[in-house]
Amino acid sequence: MTTLDTQPPERRMAAPRKRARTFPRLGKYATHVVMITGLLVTIFPFVWVALMATHSRSEIYSSPPPFWIGDNLAENYIKLLDVMPFWTVLFNSLWVATAGTVGAVFFCSMCAYGFFAFNFRGKNLIFGIMIASMMVPPVLGLIPFFLTVQFLGILDTHLAIWLPGIANAFGIFLIRQYMVQSISRELLDAAKVDGASEFRIFWSVVLPLIKPALATLGIVMFIGLWNNFLTPLIVLSSPDKYVLTLALRSVQSIANSPWGAIMLGTFLSMLPLLIAFLFFSRQMMAGLTAGAVKG
Amino acid sequence: MADTTPDPDVTDIRSDAPRRIRRHSTRRRWVKTLTPWLFISPFIIIFCVFTAFPLMFSAYLSFQEWNPVAGLASMEYVGLDNYRLAMDDPWLWKSLYNTTWLALVSGIPQHLIAIPVAYLLVMAVRSGIRQVYTATFFVPFITSTVAISLIFYTIYSGNSGILNQWLVAISKWPVFSWFLGWVEEAMPIRWLNSSDLIKPSIAFVVIWKYTGFNIVIYSAGFLTVSKDLYDAAKVDGCNAWQQFWNIALPMIRPFAFFAITLTIIGNLQMFEEPYVLTEGNSGGVGQSGLTASYYLYLVGWEWLEMGAAAAISWVLFLFIAIVTAVHFYFNGKKGLGGDR
Repeated sequence: MTTLDTQPPERRMAAPRKRARTFPRLGKYATHVVMITGLLVTIFPFVWVALMATHSRSEIYSSPPPFWIGDNLAENYIKLLDVMPFWTVLFNSLWVATAGTVGAVFFCSMCAYGFFAFNFRGKNLIFGIMIASMMVPPVLGLIPFFLTVQFLGILDTHLAIWLPGIANAFGIFLIRQYMVQSISRELLDAAKVDGASEFRIFWSVVLPLIKPALATLGIVMFIGLWNNFLTPLIVLSSPDKYVLTLALRSVQSIANSPWGAIMLGTFLSMLPLLIAFLFFSRQMMAGLTAGAVKG
Repeated sequence: MADTTPDPDVTDIRSDAPRRIRRHSTRRRWVKTLTPWLFISPFIIIFCVFTAFPLMFSAYLSFQEWNPVAGLASMEYVGLDNYRLAMDDPWLWKSLYNTTWLALVSGIPQHLIAIPVAYLLVMAVRSGIRQVYTATFFVPFITSTVAISLIFYTIYSGNSGILNQWLVAISKWPVFSWFLGWVEEAMPIRWLNSSDLIKPSIAFVVIWKYTGFNIVIYSAGFLTVSKDLYDAAKVDGCNAWQQFWNIALPMIRPFAFFAITLTIIGNLQMFEEPYVLTEGNSGGVGQSGLTASYYLYLVGWEWLEMGAAAAISWVLFLFIAIVTAVHFYFNGKKGLGGDR
């Protein structure tokens, strides 16, 4: 820092304008060292879980630690099916996430269109309540939510997990904002003059124009539902209805838990999103940081 | 279109025009008023059933004593007893202390790491490679907390888990042995089974999971800072540190405000990491891993004291509201002033 300060002003001004050259060469190497350290710390648990999925329980906790691919994969797989109905559980997760995502994309955009295209008495009030409801921490409603679910008779069903999210405030807000930016009043009026019904306008004129926002919401919803743990934990009770997160957690504390098998299950449960991230990392990052409501 | 050919329907309408038009128009008006409500009806139904009603019921419930297994009839009005009980409950205070501790220790480093890393990424790394870095840092955020906590659960294992084995190995290296000599005698270090180490162990998992998310937000922030500003500053004789401190940092205030708000709200509700890392076992040794949400879950679902749990959830809500309000009061104006 001080060396930079003592340089004559002409040299500083003559420095190349490229951003990447703002830092001296040594600093650049240091930067990459920092970044690569960060990468290793980030990646290690993923590599480690994949390795452990191929080892037996005793190998995992042996010394020195096994930094190679083991030969216990098949045995772990059999043990995994032994402690939980893995494929049923995986299918449950898939169903919950898909149903909730499709429902949310449809109903959130429908509500968003209602707030976007019409002026009606009470609109601002309801919209205000909706925004305010985003601030309320979900923990507050956890107990009465459970009781409501019980009262509706949908305790221990998958419906109770995905239904409450299909018209959520965050999704409606996200899509309405996108509509405000991308759809002109003239277009709606033109469609109306042509004699299209409101639902027709929504379905064939508006929806195709807001596809990027729908994709964003879909990504956020799917990841949130796939990783959801708290709702399944309080709602589901029969093991064959468990979703992945709940099933994996439930085998954590059984006696002599087969850690190789659990790690295999953990790895497989992360795999779909990891593969999707490999191809759509940019869209997923944009989606999750756009509104970024955790969970 | 149909102007040239005589249309039987048109003449039909004309024959009894006054009556039909009136009826038509009232129906039309109804349709016009109802359409918007039809469009937003999914939100209204879901909101009333799963948000508004639960909130009100939770307020009502916090004044009752009730075991849900015994049915609605067993509900009994107890006034402020649940709140009084909550105030006297040492576990509640402990869990609030743990929540605050974890929120600070797992929250602050996320930002202290993310801001310089994001700045370095934007200033000193080419855009293509930067994408690779940020995408990789982001991966923990999309994986489930339960899966991650299970992985760390095995890494932390006291009996020859990989972390302990590494510590032993490193402590034998030439330079490290000077200050890590104690490691071998301290083995096995029970990261998740000693009341002093549970919280730091949980905090590390949280930092590991969310720092990448913050890096992405801060990178987006630093990218909005125009290069001309840095150039102007350089002409005025600013050094690299001054450029960072006096130009880049103030410019990303809105992003920092957004990221910090999310961290606060998320951390104060922390549940999954402590729950899995302590095996769902009453908050671990000496309840040192018991967060407020975790305690709420124990009271409501393990002990089936729904009324007490409802009171605790309002205490927790008040706590979150106060912390968020303080944050908004001190940082809100500056934070939002930047881009809105």
